[in-house]
Amino acid sequence: MKELSLNILDIAQNSIHADATLVQILLDETDESLTLSIVDDGKGMSEEFVSRVTDPFSTTRTTRKVGMGLPLLKLAAEQTGGSLAIESRERTLYPEDHGTKVTAFFYKNHLDFTPLGDVVSTVVSLVQGSPDVDFLFRHTFPDHTVELDTREIREVLGEEVPLSSPDVLVWIRETLTEQYEGTDEEDE
Amino acid sequence: MKSLEELKKIREKMQNKVILREGSAEKRIVVGMATCGIAAGARPVLNTFVEEIAKRNLTGTVEVGQTGCIGMCRFEPIVEVFEGDKRVTYVYVNPDKAKEIVEKHIVGGEPIVEYTIGAAEK
Ligand SMILES: Nc1ncnc2c1ncn2[C@@H]1O[C@H](COP(=O)(O)OP(=O)(O)OP(=O)(O)O)[C@@H](O)[C@H]1O
Ligand code: FES
Ligand SMILES: [Mg+2]
Repeated sequence: MKELSLNILDIAQNSIHADATLVQILLDETDESLTLSIVDDGKGMSEEFVSRVTDPFSTTRTTRKVGMGLPLLKLAAEQTGGSLAIESRERTLYPEDHGTKVTAFFYKNHLDFTPLGDVVSTVVSLVQGSPDVDFLFRHTFPDHTVELDTREIREVLGEEVPLSSPDVLVWIRETLTEQYEGTDEEDE
Repeated sequence: MKSLEELKKIREKMQNKVILREGSAEKRIVVGMATCGIAAGARPVLNTFVEEIAKRNLTGTVEVGQTGCIGMCRFEPIVEVFEGDKRVTYVYVNPDKAKEIVEKHIVGGEPIVEYTIGAAEK
């Protein structure tokens, strides 16, 4: 993938396919590192499945034998000297608190670090495709935080207005872009 | 600063409109967003369709959706346009082609044959 934000889009789709109602996309940045966590409350995976899911020859999909999403993220992390970890609790075994957490750790200054890219478009694409799923996006820097919680948006919009409405998607794009640009900039 | 106030305005504006329920649109544009599609450039293609449909006020009649694997990785990004029981499959789509598809096929009613899978397979 050309941008890490594309891996994020891809991995978050896994959470959606696992029937998550809330998907959290958490980015934590320091001067040297970037930690990405994607946390969902979906149906989870068995311990045995987790142990081989980053091997590109495992997938539960029937159309094609090879799942590439997690192996690609693992590669992106490891090529910076970082790592990937997956924790999962299967719904059948943990009916009360099931879900999956994928954590990727990157060394940002490594030559092979893939830039994050357009993460705002990733969030917009996710909301567009799954307006009934909630997303918490939080990007933490040493001195500020960029955040979007669709549960708050949903509360304001009420039940009749889908989150995938064009005006809402524009609002989401602008609110995130403004937060990335910083709030203390002059009006244009 | 974007505010929740603005969201309230969007809500008020939308409440006066009849909101489209899934399946009621005349045309449906579906973008393949599996890993291979995303890697090949599906995200900007999707966002171009979303923006073009909104810009032309076609939200009530044209739906933009996402799907997983279409089973033809080497043709990604793949876009399918459904209208009634007709389906047109576009391959190697990029944002420029997406704009053209909206203009000529969605608005103009004429599929762009040279961008379809039939043409690519020749
Ligand atoms: N968050 C998750 N919750 C439950 N199962 C998951 C989750 N993430 C991955 N999986 C399981 O792991 C498999 C492999 O995921 P991976 O993203 O590597 O490939 P894929 O989604 O099958 O295919 P693609 O290459 O299109 O992404 C999935 O098919 C799914 O069964
Ligand atoms: S994974 Fe490429 S089209 Fe299905
Ligand atoms: Mg996947």
